[in-house]
Parts: sequence; C-alpha cells; structure tokens
Amino acid sequence: MSNGYAHAEGAPSMHGHDHAHHPALQHHFSTMSQQREAGVLGMWVFLLTEVLFFGGLFITYTLYRMWYYEAFALASKSIEIVPGLINTVVLIGSSLTMALSVRSAQTNQRKATVNWLIATIILGSVFLGIKVYEYALKFEHHHVPGATFDFFGHAEASGEGHEAPAEGVTMGRDQIQRTTQIFFSLYFVMTGLHALHMIVGIVILFIIAWMAHKGRFDSEYHAPVEMTGLYWHFVDIVWIFLFPLLYLVERH
Amino acid sequence: METPVYPAHNYLTNGHGLKSWLLTKDHKRIAILYLISISAFFFLGGLFAVGIRLELTTPQGDLFQPDTYNKFFTLHGVIMVFFFLIPSVPAVLGNFLIPPMIGAKDLAFPRINLLSWYIYVVGGIFTLFAIVAGGVDTGWTFYTPYSAASSSTNVVPTALGVFISGFSSILTGLNFIVTIHRMRAPGLHWFKLPLFVWAHYATSLIQVLGTPVVAITIVMVFAERAFGFGIFDPQRGGDPVLFQHLFWFYSHPAVYIMILPALGVISEIVSTFSRKRIFGYSFVAFSSLAIAVFGFIVWAHHMFVAGITVYAAMVFSFLSFSVAIPSAVKVFNWSATLHRGSLSFEAPMLYVYGFFGLFLIGGLTGLFLATLGTDIHLHDTYFVVAHFHYIMVGGAIMGYLGGVHFWWPKMIGRMYSEFWSRISAILVFVGFNLTFFPQFVLGYMGMPRRYHMYPDEFQVLNVLSSGGAAVLGLGYLLPVIYLLYSLKYGEVAGNNPWGASGLEWRTQSPPLTENFLEVPTDIPEAYEYTPKVVREAKLV
Repeated sequence: MSNGYAHAEGAPSMHGHDHAHHPALQHHFSTMSQQREAGVLGMWVFLLTEVLFFGGLFITYTLYRMWYYEAFALASKSIEIVPGLINTVVLIGSSLTMALSVRSAQTNQRKATVNWLIATIILGSVFLGIKVYEYALKFEHHHVPGATFDFFGHAEASGEGHEAPAEGVTMGRDQIQRTTQIFFSLYFVMTGLHALHMIVGIVILFIIAWMAHKGRFDSEYHAPVEMTGLYWHFVDIVWIFLFPLLYLVERH
Repeated sequence: METPVYPAHNYLTNGHGLKSWLLTKDHKRIAILYLISISAFFFLGGLFAVGIRLELTTPQGDLFQPDTYNKFFTLHGVIMVFFFLIPSVPAVLGNFLIPPMIGAKDLAFPRINLLSWYIYVVGGIFTLFAIVAGGVDTGWTFYTPYSAASSSTNVVPTALGVFISGFSSILTGLNFIVTIHRMRAPGLHWFKLPLFVWAHYATSLIQVLGTPVVAITIVMVFAERAFGFGIFDPQRGGDPVLFQHLFWFYSHPAVYIMILPALGVISEIVSTFSRKRIFGYSFVAFSSLAIAVFGFIVWAHHMFVAGITVYAAMVFSFLSFSVAIPSAVKVFNWSATLHRGSLSFEAPMLYVYGFFGLFLIGGLTGLFLATLGTDIHLHDTYFVVAHFHYIMVGGAIMGYLGGVHFWWPKMIGRMYSEFWSRISAILVFVGFNLTFFPQFVLGYMGMPRRYHMYPDEFQVLNVLSSGGAAVLGLGYLLPVIYLLYSLKYGEVAGNNPWGASGLEWRTQSPPLTENFLEVPTDIPEAYEYTPKVVREAKLV
C-alpha cells in the first residue's frame, strides 16, 4: 500500500518479514493469520448482534404466547404445515452445500467451491419462492394483520370452520379475533426479517461465487467463504427456531 | 529545548481534496469526519434546547404552541442522544486514538469504519428529513401506543433514522472489539493497555449487545405504524409496557455507552496532570466491565410507575444501586490518584475537575431515583431531567471536551489558546450548574417535565436555569472559535506537549497515516510517571 511519503517507504516495514506478501493481505495486518483471525472474530461478534436482534422478537413471542396460548395454538394450526416443512428440509440442505463449499475452498478445489455455492443459492431461492407462496396464502385467507384481518373468515367461507373451541378453551371469539393478530404480526415480522437475511445472504453468495470463479481464493486465503458460511448457518439456525415456534404450537 | 517543527508529512497532508476525505480508510480522517458531523448535530440539538429554555422563561407558555414545544424537546433528545452523545467519544476520540494507543496502523476493519460513518450520515439525513417535514412529538423514548398509533407527526422517518444510526454504533463497537483483541503491538498485554482502551472495550460490548434490541423494537413499532400490525397495541391485546422493557433494555445501557468512554478519557487526563500512575489500575479497568454488565440488569428502574409488579420493582431498585459500586470505585481511585500528585491546571484538567463535581452529583441523585419511594415522588419531574443531564452533559460532555482539548495537539499538531480554553472550561462548569441545579429543586417541588407552562412560583428558578443555559451555550461556542483558529495560527505542539506517557504520544503530531514508522516494541507499563520518565518527557 503506497502511503505517499518518500521517507516512510524507505523505512523498515512494521512487520519486517522478507517473503512476498499474499496479494490479499491488507496493509494494516502483519500476517495472513492475523487478518483471518480478525475477520472471524468480527463475524462472530456480528452474529452475537444478530442473536440479540432476533432475541428481542423471541422475548416478545414468549410473553404473548404465555398470555394468549389458545389464540397462538389456533393461529398456528391455521398455517399450512407442508410448505414450512419442505422449507425446513431445503434450508438444512443448503447448510450442507454451504459447508461443502467451505471445505472445497479450504482444499483449493475452485470448481467445486463455485458449484456448491451455486447449489446453495438455488436452495436459498427455492426457500424464498415457497415463502412467497405462503405469504400469498395469508393474504388470501385475510390472515394479514390490519384492517382486513379476519381470522375466521376464510375457514367459514370454505365451510371448514376452525374446530369450534372445544374443551378447555376459555377465550371468546372476539378475543381470539383480536389476539391472533398478535401472532400473525409476529409471524410476519419474524419470517420477514428472516427472509430479508436470506436475500442478503444470497446476494453475498453471488459475490463470493463470482470471486471464487475468478480464482481469488486458495488454501491460504478463503476467509470470505468461511465467513459467508458462518452467516448462512446462522440464518438457518434462526429458521430452526422459527419453524416450531410458528408452525408447531399445538400439533401433536 | 528545541522548538518543535510541524511535520511536513502527516495524515492531514496525505491526500488533498474532498474525495481523499470521503473515500478515506484512515481511522484518523474518519474520526475527523465524525468530529465535524457530530458537532453539527450538537449545535442543531442545542438550538432546540435554546427554544425550550426561551419558552420556559415565562410561566404562560406564550412563545410556542404546545405541539411545537413537544416537538422541540423530542428533537432535542433524539438528536443529542442518538446523533451526538452515543457517537461522541468513541467515534471521534476512540476512532482516532485506539490504534496508536495499541501500536496498530489502523482499526481491524477500515472499510467498515468508513461505512459506519456513512450509515451515521444516512440516519442523520432521515432525522433531518423528519424535522423539515414538520417534526416529531413522541419524546425521544417513542413510547407506545402514542408513537405507534396516536401521534400524527413524523414518527417513521425519525425512528428509521435512529434505527439506521444504530448500525453505525454497532459497527464501531464491533471494530473496536476486534481491534483490541487482535491488533495490539507485540508485548502490549491487556494490563498494559491505557484505561481509555478498557473503557472503550466495555462500551463496545454494550453497543454490540444492546443496540440490536432497540433496533428490533423500532422494527416492531414501524410494522405497527406502517402496516397496521398489532404488537404493542392494547386494543388487540398487545402490551405497551413490553415496549418500555425492550426500549430500556437498550436505552439504559446506552447511558453507559455515553458515559463509559468519557470515564476512560478522565483516567488518561487525571493520570497525566497528576504525574502519577493511576491508583488501582486493575480496579478501574474492571469497573468499566462491571458497569457494562450491571448496566444490562437495571433497566426497569425507568418503569417503577409504569405498572410493573412491586417485586420486580424491588429487585430492579436493588440492582440499580449496584451500579453505584463500580462508579464509586472509579471516583475513589481518581481521587487517590490526585492525592499527593503533582497537579496542574491546564484546560483538559479543568474539564476533569469540573467533571468530578458534576458526575458526583449526577451519580448520587441517581440513587435517589433508584429508591422506590422517592422515585414515585420524583418520577417524570425536572429532578429526573437534572439528574440525567448531570450524567450525560456534566459527565459525558465534560469528558468529551476534556478529551478533545487533551488530544487536539495530537490530532491537529497545534496548540489552542491556553487562556481562552481555560475561560471556556470555567464557563461550561458555571453555566452548567446554573442551568441544571435549579432543575433539581424544581423537580423536587413537583414541576413535571415536558410541559410548556408552569405555575408562577416556579418562574425564578426557571429564569435562573435559562440564564445558565446562555452561559453554557457561550462556553460551548468558544471552543469552536479558538480551536478553528488554532488550525492555522496555533503554536506547533510537538510530539508530546503534556509530557504524557502512552504510546500515542510517541508518534509525531499529527501522526503519519500509518501512525508509526516502526511497530513499537519497548512497550511501557501504563501510566509510567516515574520522576525520571517525567523529567525526560518534559525535555521533548
């Protein structure tokens, strides 16, 4: 890195080792391993931030689920489970392909790295596609909170009827109508933010795949692939919590 | 003693033109960018304070409409908290000084550092837009359901501005944590670090762990306002008090984001101008971490009258007292450092002496408010306003200004006027006390905060307060003048004008872009003010 001063350029380097630098080594780090460790620590700190970010939602969810358990159970049952189940499998699969691409990068297999990254992108996109389908269903059923919300409307129109609150259900119809909105508000905020993280992840995957294709990574320098992997696994784990909390409240 | 020469090559001369600043990755230049932008927000927030104090000189409420007044105190709070106090010491002084203090060339992630400034600016633009579009009137706390449903003002752009600027704070904290872990010069172990660095480490933990919680809370309010979702809406069974819990889970620790770095500044200045090693180094270091940890478990003391159970209130009251312990540890250790030190009265040290008095009053009145019985009397009165201004203005801003005066010769390479800087430090101290001490009395007598009118018998104290604000404002304006003047006409400072220990004083002023020509190897103990060292340093 040129700093523009004659006297500084001639001066001994801050980390006087003689062998040539790896081209990816930034000027303010002394060694590749220092650079890599800084990056990895930074990524973990970022994920810690993310845990707290989603943590606020989980606390909110927990409180309302305790207060309005019956409404949460009913609302959860009204969600179609199959798309959610498929998505869970798709996402776990994408974590596998992501891990394989990291492994390929570590072992210097350029082509395999790119291919596994593309596989991850495809699986991530499948997830998002199914999510869009699920959201469309919610709009159709008037299960989007707000002025048009009607928890019972769809079921009654289609003649199914949610199981009339049977044994032990103490909430009145009005109260369920009101409090299921909290469930669906949280449903949309939680899955929406998760989907947003997926979209960001896919954009990053494209960039990393492009860099891998260009041969930027080797066995000494592949930290970006690893760190994208950390992020992607984190987003998966969030879903692993979201799926039972939203889809499986009382399905047993 | 030879006269110091202004170095021809330094980070300020390395690249010219706007582009070299806006695309810089140098932590020192980014610190200057922050310095300029937070100063702008500081004076903007100050303008709103001027409005508030003008209105309150008379009891009738004859200057503004009540709605306008609500917007004034809201914007004063939003701007000062999120766009001045939170970035102040870390983003300016921390950014500039942590790398040279630990013998590094830069922060671990220079590009993220620049990004954090841009994020801050974008957040600021949203908030400025909210002002231009007609303001916002929820109070800086955005309490629901008013903010989510009732207020017809610009809640969304303001909240988005706060949300966005939060990421700037997170990224700064992340950068510091990684830098302090991974970029220290060989041989610089944790217990040789300046306490400034310890304080920033503790602050960064809060930034990284607390800020995302307020971010998600703002997202939920946003969803409620923009899409008609119902999370805190009592009509649908939502709980507005939950919002308060989530909000204060961040916003109480945020007080420590503002004060902890200032406490770090104080440790540096006290030690330098007492010519003594700080008393009880490791206690001061760990007290920063203790404040960061305790800070996370006291939030509900803001909510004693908000309908939490009496058992929860008792627990939170007790825990709030515990924060006093590490804070007192610091104050006692600084006092012991002063004891039999070789004291002097340069401008940075004057700010520190002022800080001691104000922080002491601010901290002790915090205990009144942590006590359940007194808080029920004092809640939402001017007593609270006075208390947190003693901490956040008396503590944090005094620390910030002290730090700016202490390191200005390092940052710019030139000295400011010693005379005027002392005058301004004294003006700030006098003006501050005149402004806020009467507010303790007003609050104790029962004057509620956030009202533009008040009974006639409160007028004398309010006029005193407004008069003090004028003095305080003058004290804040003066440094702008003499610091700007020093840019060009100030005497050349030399590497170490104060004779301070600390790695950052070994490099030239202003430093080179990469801080050191050679990585420092003979790392001293922190605050090595043995007579020999002092004598030699003074020869520099």
